[in-house]
Amino acid sequence: MMLSVRDLRVSFRTHEGLVRAIDGVSFDLKEGEILGVVGESGSGKTVSLLAVMGLITDPNAVIEGSIRYRERELVGLPARELRRLRGSEIAMIFQDPMTALTPVYTIGWQIAEQIRAHKRISKSQALERVEELLAEVNFPNPREAMSRYPHQLSGGMRQRAVIAMALSCNPALLVADEPTTALDVTVQAGILDLVRKLRATHNSAVVFITHDMGVVSELADRVMVMYAGRVVERGSRTELFSDPQHPYTRALLGSIPPLTGEKPHRLPAIPGSPPSLLRLPEGCAFGPRCPVNYEPCRAGKPVLGDGNHAAACFRVQA
Amino acid sequence: MIEKDRPILETRELSKRFSIGTRFSSQGRRTVHAVDNVSLTVQHGETVGLVGESGCGKSTLARCLVRLYDITDGQLLFEGDDITAKSLAELRPFRRRLQMVFQDPSASLNPRRRVGDLVAEPLRIHTKLSSREITKRVAELFDLVGLLPDHVMRYPHEFSGGQRQRVGIARAIALNPDLVVLDEPVSALDVSVQAQIVNLLADLQEKLKLTYIFIAHDLSVVRQVSTRIAVMYLGSIVEEGPAEELFATPAHPYSQALISAVPVVETTPSGQRRRIILTGDVPSPLNPPSGCRFHPRCPIAVDKCRVERPALTEHRSGRRIACHFPTLK
Ligand SMILES: Nc1ncnc2c1ncn2[C@@H]1O[C@H](COP(=O)(O)OP(=O)(O)O)[C@@H](O)[C@H]1O
Ligand SMILES: Nc1ncnc2c1ncn2[C@@H]1O[C@H](COP(=O)(O)OP(=O)(O)O)[C@@H](O)[C@H]1O
Ligand code: SF4
Ligand SMILES: [Mg+2]
Ligand SMILES: [Mg+2]
Repeated sequence: MMLSVRDLRVSFRTHEGLVRAIDGVSFDLKEGEILGVVGESGSGKTVSLLAVMGLITDPNAVIEGSIRYRERELVGLPARELRRLRGSEIAMIFQDPMTALTPVYTIGWQIAEQIRAHKRISKSQALERVEELLAEVNFPNPREAMSRYPHQLSGGMRQRAVIAMALSCNPALLVADEPTTALDVTVQAGILDLVRKLRATHNSAVVFITHDMGVVSELADRVMVMYAGRVVERGSRTELFSDPQHPYTRALLGSIPPLTGEKPHRLPAIPGSPPSLLRLPEGCAFGPRCPVNYEPCRAGKPVLGDGNHAAACFRVQA
Repeated sequence: MIEKDRPILETRELSKRFSIGTRFSSQGRRTVHAVDNVSLTVQHGETVGLVGESGCGKSTLARCLVRLYDITDGQLLFEGDDITAKSLAELRPFRRRLQMVFQDPSASLNPRRRVGDLVAEPLRIHTKLSSREITKRVAELFDLVGLLPDHVMRYPHEFSGGQRQRVGIARAIALNPDLVVLDEPVSALDVSVQAQIVNLLADLQEKLKLTYIFIAHDLSVVRQVSTRIAVMYLGSIVEEGPAEELFATPAHPYSQALISAVPVVETTPSGQRRRIILTGDVPSPLNPPSGCRFHPRCPIAVDKCRVERPALTEHRSGRRIACHFPTLK
């Protein structure tokens, strides 16, 4: 297994109380596999992946659990070692490409510097490599793009430049946090294609975070659905979409309006809204919005069982 | 009901241009062609959806339609009355009947005022209702949009995003408008909450006989709520038609690419749809391309497209297309 996360817990001490942002998340990722992490905003997608990358800097954060990457335990690893790992084997892209870019240097310069930080090659060799990389991420005119500053590029082009930067280290693992959420669907389609290509040509493993079920179903091999800081369902793409088990997964899929065929008169909506992590309901966090919600649901918290396809739900497990 | 025979809203070759930069900047004053020659007719009781990539002019058009923006060229008619150039005072009787709902409800709600007060505000400004009548009307509105009576005393931040949008909607319908322009009303909401608001809007439309103009970047949401859809590209309508029909058989190459790019949940791996990936980015409305404005990205463009701009023409009843080579099925 390339990455094994076990019982990851992240809490933040705030003046309003303890926020249990991640409450016991476990998952595995194989080499070359694409894992889709899907959930609404606030469900803990970003925090769980930042924790895995060792990027939670908030002094009020408490992180527990185990994160093994290629047989090494990352929890407790010195910051310097983590940084080395992130630059060389693990790459990240975020919703806002400007997190990874500096406004004051050209695209070409920034990617070349990134390459030279990890590889001993000359400046001109690095620049040649940048041109190749920009061509790989479908810049129509890579040489010209190299001399551009980030603000001279569109959002989609900036995100592609960041992907080129990520590719520069031949990452074994790419973590992508909603990289297409701010983009138009037309531009998103191109980015999703690039992610597939990256896996096909470099056999990179990918963790792709999104709130869009459609994106996951088009991209992921395996899927993890999150709700209120926990994984509520896990399975292969086919298992999850053709046979969703958890009431939340089912309800969410049911509430998406169809793109073809007959329109339902009304959409099957989920009542209420996601709970505040400061005031989680007793028992199952989805309980108050769940159409099943029977006695056991209020008595304890359902746990995600073992197995490839599993749902943290008393009804499913009954 | 003679009124119902004529469209509630009509634009005739409506354009909106912004002038940016100054004479003293290096590039001088330049013109953004944000909305370019839009002719659109909206009938009573229908929902017209506007779709297109960001920057194509949806919000600008929306703001022109409720006269939040001055119109540069062309005409805007409300029930046959030309309101293109009416002054603020002359607009007053129309303002009440034309309302707008925005994407981010918190940005349009004063955080220091109670939500009951916020919903009462348009009633105080535009009607002669007594304060008791206003209180009664606010309670009625809260009930209509699915908020509880005791919610009137709360502040906006005490609400979830979905509830805040309900407040925004209550404000917009307070004066019994006829037409509501909704600019991305569900885009900022949690996925699990979007369907609630979509259903609420449908219920209100039925109860209050509203006409909607609905903008969203989620195409499946637009299809769900709209009876008719206009696809915009660089400020102009490139295709328009009945919602389901347009989605089933898009005729303009841009509509085809846009619809094909929407990721949908596939339950079988073999069920992959054919996807048209557009190369290049949307050109700048500062300097739109010659001929058909879509030609630099169009997969089927030929020389004619680079020179001659296709007009938006009716091909069959209710379907207008601006392309020299539409796919007609
Ligand atoms: N530094 C922090 N202090 C307190 N709470 C935080 C902090 N960072 C994140 N959270 C909370 O953790 C929860 C999960 O957040 P996040 O992982 O960003 O969600 P997602 O990425 O799924 O939208 C949220 O409720 C968020 O408010
Ligand atoms: N106030 C303004 N001044 C100058 N340009 C503007 C202004 N508002 C919008 N634009 C430009 O007009 C075009 C259309 O914008 P907009 O109507 O916001 O598009 P959409 O809502 O479809 O994303 C864009 O190129 C935008 O940059
Ligand atoms: S455990 Fe109960 S409340 Fe929770 S999702 Fe399952 S059925 Fe619903
Ligand atoms: Mg996030
Ligand atoms: Mg807009």
